[in-house]
Amino acid sequence: MRKADANTARTAVDEGFVVYEHRRGWAALNLREVWDYRELLWFLTWRDVSIRYKQAVLGVAWAVIQPVLTMLVFTLVFNRGLGVKSPDPALPYAVFSMSGLLIWNYFNAGMSRAANCLVGGSHLITKVYFPRLVLPISGVTAGIVDFLIAFVVLLVLMGALGIAPVWTIVFVPLFVLLTMLTALALGLWLSALNVLYRDFQYVVPIFLSLLMFVSPVIYPIDQLPEGWIQTLFSLNPMTGAIGGFRWALLGQAWPGDYLWIGTAIVLVLLAGGLFFFKRIERVFADVV
Amino acid sequence: MSDDVALRTVDLGKMYRIGGEQEQYRTLRDTLVKMVKKPIERIRHPGAASHVSVDLWALRHIDLEIREGEVVGIIGRNGSGKSTLLKVLSHITEPTEGRAEIRGKVGSLLEVGTGFHKELTGRENIQMNGAILGLSRADIRRKFDDIVAFAGIEKFMDTPVKRYSSGMYVRLAFAVAAHLEPDILLVDEVLAVGDAEFQAKCLNKMGEAASSGRTVLLVSHNMPAVSNLCQRAVLLDGGRLVADGPADEVISTYLQSGRHEGASADLSALPRPHWARPWLKTARIVGPDGHAAGELHMGDDVTVEVTFSSPDGSSIRYPVLVVEIVSARLGRVAGVNSAMTGESVDWPETSRGSIRCRIKRPPLLPGEYMIDVALGGASKTWADLVRGALSFKVLEGDLYGTGQLPGPGYGVFYLDAAFDAAME
Repeated sequence: MRKADANTARTAVDEGFVVYEHRRGWAALNLREVWDYRELLWFLTWRDVSIRYKQAVLGVAWAVIQPVLTMLVFTLVFNRGLGVKSPDPALPYAVFSMSGLLIWNYFNAGMSRAANCLVGGSHLITKVYFPRLVLPISGVTAGIVDFLIAFVVLLVLMGALGIAPVWTIVFVPLFVLLTMLTALALGLWLSALNVLYRDFQYVVPIFLSLLMFVSPVIYPIDQLPEGWIQTLFSLNPMTGAIGGFRWALLGQAWPGDYLWIGTAIVLVLLAGGLFFFKRIERVFADVV
Repeated sequence: MSDDVALRTVDLGKMYRIGGEQEQYRTLRDTLVKMVKKPIERIRHPGAASHVSVDLWALRHIDLEIREGEVVGIIGRNGSGKSTLLKVLSHITEPTEGRAEIRGKVGSLLEVGTGFHKELTGRENIQMNGAILGLSRADIRRKFDDIVAFAGIEKFMDTPVKRYSSGMYVRLAFAVAAHLEPDILLVDEVLAVGDAEFQAKCLNKMGEAASSGRTVLLVSHNMPAVSNLCQRAVLLDGGRLVADGPADEVISTYLQSGRHEGASADLSALPRPHWARPWLKTARIVGPDGHAAGELHMGDDVTVEVTFSSPDGSSIRYPVLVVEIVSARLGRVAGVNSAMTGESVDWPETSRGSIRCRIKRPPLLPGEYMIDVALGGASKTWADLVRGALSFKVLEGDLYGTGQLPGPGYGVFYLDAAFDAAME
């Protein structure tokens, strides 16, 4: 009763057919396909955002309270308690730390979500096909709403303290984009590693909390001793992103080399992350 | 080579590695420990195999060609590779060898409600689910009213689905799926959910898809549905394609082949619903002589014995065993659980055990039957469910002493009846 015969197997692939077969080595990125699925990306982002605001009792208020409380703690402990100063006498420490915190929180949340997206989305991965890259990207984009809310809070705080934003505020989106790409670059690596090694999820929070202390959120980078320590900090892409954000919004010192080195590192990590993700992608549905 | 081929597989195979390194190296910690340990082990036990793993071919040497507009049923026992085939064709997983060639837009429906979220409203879930299944926003907007009408739950569109009954949930989920318009529709056992009336509605909708020239591949245990919807069926067994031809012929080949198997089964690797944890380990039908029996005489007791143990060290309170009898022709016909008979197993807490259920003299007509088993705990919390866990055949017997039996048209139960006639 078997229909197909040996001749079928030898026939060349006809036109218009998509072929699924075992791929070896590195796969093509096929970013075009991700673009074709942009509506799914939008819906996943929207779902994350709306579920978060629906589930939390405090809803939107949570996005306000969290950075404000952290900023207050930082101001009390580090500024009043330990004497950490803002780099510019005209800039209150509260604004200094909160501006750094905003970028940091966006990075932190986006990267964590991206890192967990495959394990968390295993229900989708095993049941339906879509380019898997959509998942980490939506993990990173979903945080933008929280960021915007906190950004408004920061503007209010600045207004209350009599700090006017400078005209370079128009460049703020560039540094948000850099933060987004940093979160995505690391998130891609971590999400794929998370699938291969399930205990990687415990590594991520540790890594993040360490990274925050080597990013200039709480203290300005010029308070560090010059020389190799500052060089080491320049390797952290968040140093450039946070510095750039403060430059654009508050007219603080231009981060210069920190920004260029950081951006270069992000681009390398991102390219590597994309290829690594694509390489591991084929086993996702079998492993998660 | 004709132009109207919609889908073709060439020597398609899918291998899973079970037990060996791939599974063990699931955590970084283990990997690091092994990296250190392994060379030492090698030195200490030079001849020992470095790892033991079993290559399991879920599919192998599948050559299949399906033309546009064909409706093909894929049948076979649990674990025969049906779902794996759909996963490969849906591009969810990659074949290990061979290839699949597909022409046209593929819509796959491996479960109802993929991506549904309980906090979102019916309206929001329609949009989300539609996007996941590949509908564009414009499509969703255009079909929205149809989808809502098909589901028949207009009033609850703005209610979070967590407040839906399970029936409503399934109707909504299926309604979205039914409005996909792919060239090739791949459907896994999704009709097993929902009430009979709604199932019929779904089957109609699928029939429509077929008559509009769409290619449909349908995996199902529901033989009546396969027989009604499909002209052609393929039978998989142990990952191989063993029969391909007119649906009714292949179905009867399948039902014959099941005669001696299915009386006892290892349930651990069988497919389950997503919420189920693999508690159920083995099941068997015990015949009158105490051995596993796949053939019973009419009127014999059907004794089902199930063992279970905790998949993750957790325990279950007051375990409840559900046993359901499913007719290969007509679907589910009867069921019972240990709580409703008042014989709830009186273990306040347990992580393993076995339960035996004796169904006394079920009045089943000759034919093929399957058994679904489920395990639950106190307060109706379900732990596990395996559909089609066992199968058995009821043999013909001379029930009424007349040599006559009710034919298939009479259903699945025989009746012990007495007729009194009076001439007036």
